[in-house]
Amino acid sequence: MSGPGDLLDLWVYLSGEPLLWLSVTVAAYAVADRVSLASGRHPFVNPVVVAVALIALVLVATGTPYRVYFTGAQFVHFLLGPATVALAVPLVRNLGAVTRMIVPMLAALAAGALTAIASAVVIARLFGASPAVVASLAPKSVTTAIAMAISRQIGGEPSLTAVTVIATGVIGAVAVTPLLDRLGIRSREARGFAAGLAAHGIGTARAFQVSETAGLFAGLAMALNAVLTALLVPAVLAVFGR
Amino acid sequence: MVGAFAVLLLCQLAGEGLVHLTGVPVPGPVVGLLLLALGLGLRAHRRGHAGREALGDTPVGRAANGLLSHLSLLFVPAAAGIVQQGAALQRDGLAIAAALVGSTLLTLAVTAAVFSAVARLAARQADDRPEAGPKAQR
Repeated sequence: MSGPGDLLDLWVYLSGEPLLWLSVTVAAYAVADRVSLASGRHPFVNPVVVAVALIALVLVATGTPYRVYFTGAQFVHFLLGPATVALAVPLVRNLGAVTRMIVPMLAALAAGALTAIASAVVIARLFGASPAVVASLAPKSVTTAIAMAISRQIGGEPSLTAVTVIATGVIGAVAVTPLLDRLGIRSREARGFAAGLAAHGIGTARAFQVSETAGLFAGLAMALNAVLTALLVPAVLAVFGR
Repeated sequence: MVGAFAVLLLCQLAGEGLVHLTGVPVPGPVVGLLLLALGLGLRAHRRGHAGREALGDTPVGRAANGLLSHLSLLFVPAAAGIVQQGAALQRDGLAIAAALVGSTLLTLAVTAAVFSAVARLAARQADDRPEAGPKAQR
C-alpha cells in the first residue's frame, strides 16, 4: 500500500508541519545528551554542539530552509525568556553564602567583564572581522540565553553568538586548570570565579568537578557577569568597536 | 507550578515593557531577572537566613529549577541557525578563532589575578585592625 509515492506525500505533508521540526529538535537533543553522558561529560562533547550537528545534517539532507525548521523549533526557543528570568533563583540563593568575599568578587567581576568584552572586540577587529561578527562576539563569555539576547540588541547574529559562546565555554573549561597553575594562582575561590566568569555554564560545570567551593563561586560569577555584560556591552562597543 | 510559571512570564513581560519605555539597551529578560531577584531577595531578607536556603523549595524555585535543568535544550533552535552562517564563518573564521582563544585566556587570567590580589589585600587590612580581626575570621 505504501509505495515510494505515498512516502513522498507523507514527507511533503509532515515537513510543512511544525510538529515534525519540534520533534526533530527534542529528539536530536535527547541523542546528543546520551552521547555527552557516554563521554563522561567531556567538554569537547557538548550536547548543544552535537544536537546542532545532527539537525544541520537533517536540514541539509532534506533541503529544508532554516525558516521552515524554526516554525517548529520556535516553541522550544520561546522558553529561553522565562528560563533567563529563572536564573534569579540560583543567584539569590547563592549570594548569601559568600558575603565574606564580596569585595574581591566585585573587583574581579568588573575587571573580568571588561576584559572579556573589550579583548574579544579588539582582537576580532585587528583580524578584520565584519561589524556584525564583532557584535556577535562581544557577549561571548556570557551564558547563551543572555548572550543571544544581547547580540540581537546590538546588531549581531544570535546563532553565531550561540556557537561562539559554546566554543568559549569549551576553551575556558579546558584551559582554566593548566593556565592558572602556570600563573601560580591557587585559591579555589579565585579559580572558580574566573572559570564561571570567562566560560559561563561550561566553566561552572568544570569548576564543580574540582570542588564544591569553586563551583559555587563559578555559578555566582556566571550570573553576575551575565547582568553586568548586558549593561556594559553597548558602551564598550562604542569605545572599541569602531 | 502554573502560578510560578506565570510569575516568570510576568517578570519577563515587565522587563520587556520597561526596556521599551526607557529605551535602555538591555535585553528584556535580563531586566526580568533583576526584578525577580529583587523580589526574592526582599522576601528572603524578611525571613532571615532560612528564607534564602528554602528558596529552592518554593513554587517559583521549583519552576525555575525545572526550566534550568533543561537549559541546554533551549539553545538548540537558535544555535541551529548556524547553517545560515557559512559565509560569515568562511570569511571571518580566523578572526573568530583568534578572538575566542585570546580573549578567553586573557579573561581567565585577569579575573583570577584580580580576585586573589584583592582578597589578599582585604585580609591584610583586616589583620591590621584588631577590632575587625575576629569578625573577618568567621
